[in-house]
Amino acid sequence: MEKRVRFRSTWLPWLLLAPQLAVIGTFFFWPASQAVLQSVQQQDAFGLSTEWVGLANFQRLFADPLYVESFTTTALFSALVAVAGISISLLLAQFADRVVRGAMVYKTLLIWPYAVAPAVAGVLWTFMFSPGVGVVAWGLRELGWDWNHLLNGRQAMALIVMAAVWKQISYNFLFFLAGLQSIPKSLIEAAAIDGAGPWRRFWTIQFPLLSPTTFFLLVINVVYAFFDTFAIVDAATQGGPGKDTAILVYKVYYDGFKALDSGGSAAQSVVLMVIVIALTVVQFRYVERRVNY
Amino acid sequence: MNKTCAFALATLAAALSLPAHAQTEIQWWHAMSGPLGEWVNDLAKQYNASQTDYKVVPTYKGTYDESMTAAIAAFRAGNAPHILQVFEVGTATMMASKGAIKPVADVMKESGAKFDPKAYVPAVAGYYTAPDGRMLSLPFNSSTTIFYYNKDAFKAAGLDPNKAPATWPEVALAAAKLKASGHRCPFTTSWISWTQLESFSAWHNTLFATLNNGFGGTGARLAFNTPLHLRHFENLANMSKQGLFIYKGRGNAADVSFPSGECAMMTGSSGLYSRVAKEAKFAYGIAALPYYPDVPGAPQNTVIGGASLWVMAGKKAPEYKGVASFFTFLSNAEVQSASHKRTGYLPITTAAYELTEKSGFYKDKPGTDVAVTQMIRKTTDKSRGIRLGNFVQIRTIVDEETEQIWTGKKTAKEALDTAVQRGNEQLERFQAANK
Repeated sequence: MEKRVRFRSTWLPWLLLAPQLAVIGTFFFWPASQAVLQSVQQQDAFGLSTEWVGLANFQRLFADPLYVESFTTTALFSALVAVAGISISLLLAQFADRVVRGAMVYKTLLIWPYAVAPAVAGVLWTFMFSPGVGVVAWGLRELGWDWNHLLNGRQAMALIVMAAVWKQISYNFLFFLAGLQSIPKSLIEAAAIDGAGPWRRFWTIQFPLLSPTTFFLLVINVVYAFFDTFAIVDAATQGGPGKDTAILVYKVYYDGFKALDSGGSAAQSVVLMVIVIALTVVQFRYVERRVNY
Repeated sequence: MNKTCAFALATLAAALSLPAHAQTEIQWWHAMSGPLGEWVNDLAKQYNASQTDYKVVPTYKGTYDESMTAAIAAFRAGNAPHILQVFEVGTATMMASKGAIKPVADVMKESGAKFDPKAYVPAVAGYYTAPDGRMLSLPFNSSTTIFYYNKDAFKAAGLDPNKAPATWPEVALAAAKLKASGHRCPFTTSWISWTQLESFSAWHNTLFATLNNGFGGTGARLAFNTPLHLRHFENLANMSKQGLFIYKGRGNAADVSFPSGECAMMTGSSGLYSRVAKEAKFAYGIAALPYYPDVPGAPQNTVIGGASLWVMAGKKAPEYKGVASFFTFLSNAEVQSASHKRTGYLPITTAAYELTEKSGFYKDKPGTDVAVTQMIRKTTDKSRGIRLGNFVQIRTIVDEETEQIWTGKKTAKEALDTAVQRGNEQLERFQAANK
């Protein structure tokens, strides 16, 4: 018994797919192929001369110990962003799901940060934590904790993780809330009648039923941490102090847009692309097995 | 009802037909924000009001590197602006991009404008002149590094508010007194590489890079790990440890902390003057950059920063005529002098300097002549300026490495040595790419 719907015509499915294919082609495959092309070229800033250099851009990258080091920084950053982003928003979604009065207000407020541009998020958090003038930094100093992310690498990392997570929570929250609301109330009520407390109900019913959502968000958040966070780093720490917050995508941005080295920058985005593809494959092969649809 | 309608139409028609001949628009992309952005807009307004043939349209395109990136993207797409403001570290990149730019000397010559390169202050114009003597870009907002201090804070700390510390040992002493009086940030600096290495080197008549700081060719290599540089950074490291020097971040991030009163002493751009004059709610003083008195030849002169105006290639002849006319306007001694007084940027022509001096401005506002007198001196081969490829990256490398001195991860020697070594890799690449 085949469950799938079959189209009788051959061109109709393609026609229906066309708009989506056009969008993906224009906004993903075309730029991605450009990146691959540029990564084997060396161009001057204005694009007046182009030279084929083969894999020289890649060789130069991996010969640089600082570039290799930034893999560790990136792994730490991405893990922190994905784990913190997912768990905090799951917690918030769980609360928002239970709220009866003023639920819309909470939900709206939680969704707001998503409308903030990453660079603005970075600036916002930098202002709050700015040593000397920032509200939070001032409060921390009153409490006897000297905050100075300009000189403390861990604090700098904490700052960009906070900004990145804050920015992404809304997105995660929306999906979790939708996921929670689609779980049949009867299941939870039945468990409650059987005497399961909220904690137990969460771990044995809601969390397993949310696993497709959680898995989807894991993939999305890792991609987000790898690709979309350069503006936050640029606004908050510029990779400093030293190289302590110089994640891979920030160097892509820096080399491409500040140092005007399109070849080197393209080579790095190809490396990033490979990493994220590999990570996604791993996630689909190993993590997805534990997901119940 | 009908009458009003007809009248409105008539006015509209009149308004539309008013410009008897079409004005040629000159696009000017710049990176000046705040009071400096107002200054740029006023310059364009003043020029547009002075004649009817051309209309200069200034557009703010973000920070220096953002506006440069924007112009490069626009150039690749075939709609670059006519005039682009480029900061001094982008100079080598622009010079190397021969097909993208049109030398100012050529623009002036072809349009028949009166143009005498000798009218420009040598220390400023020399920076933007090709080895063959052609001026490539027009010096626009040239600044140099100077020393600002808070006179009120000096008074409170028991220091003489009318005597700025002239040497680095005096800066350290003053900082200690300021700290003892309860000041949280006695000394800070913006632009670490520019103030503490580039200007510092020229000020002490020492090379920042070999081959006369890159003026002698692309084979130049960094040389800022000499005992003198080391000694200075060890001093700064000690000051940082004792809370006398407070690091405020890269680039000009520290700028805000002087006019706000947070930091009592600061080395920064002379272009910060307009902001200090506008925002500081305390008595402030401006002085020459501190130096080490036992170094022979110090103080020499400081190097310029700021930006110049580049003319992009591939435009029509009448448009270049407009650019030339606008540049002639900008070089006018009165316009120059007014800009200099307003912003603290250096006058780019000797005539403008003399005019400002005659007007009694330097006497009325003591300290405003510091930047000029630091610059208008006979320069040496070691102090003329710095022209290095991949300079943007080199400055970032200096930021990254010196930050590790303040965090205590590296000694001054380790940091400067690594910075030289990493910076040299950039210079080698530039040399290989621009044979």
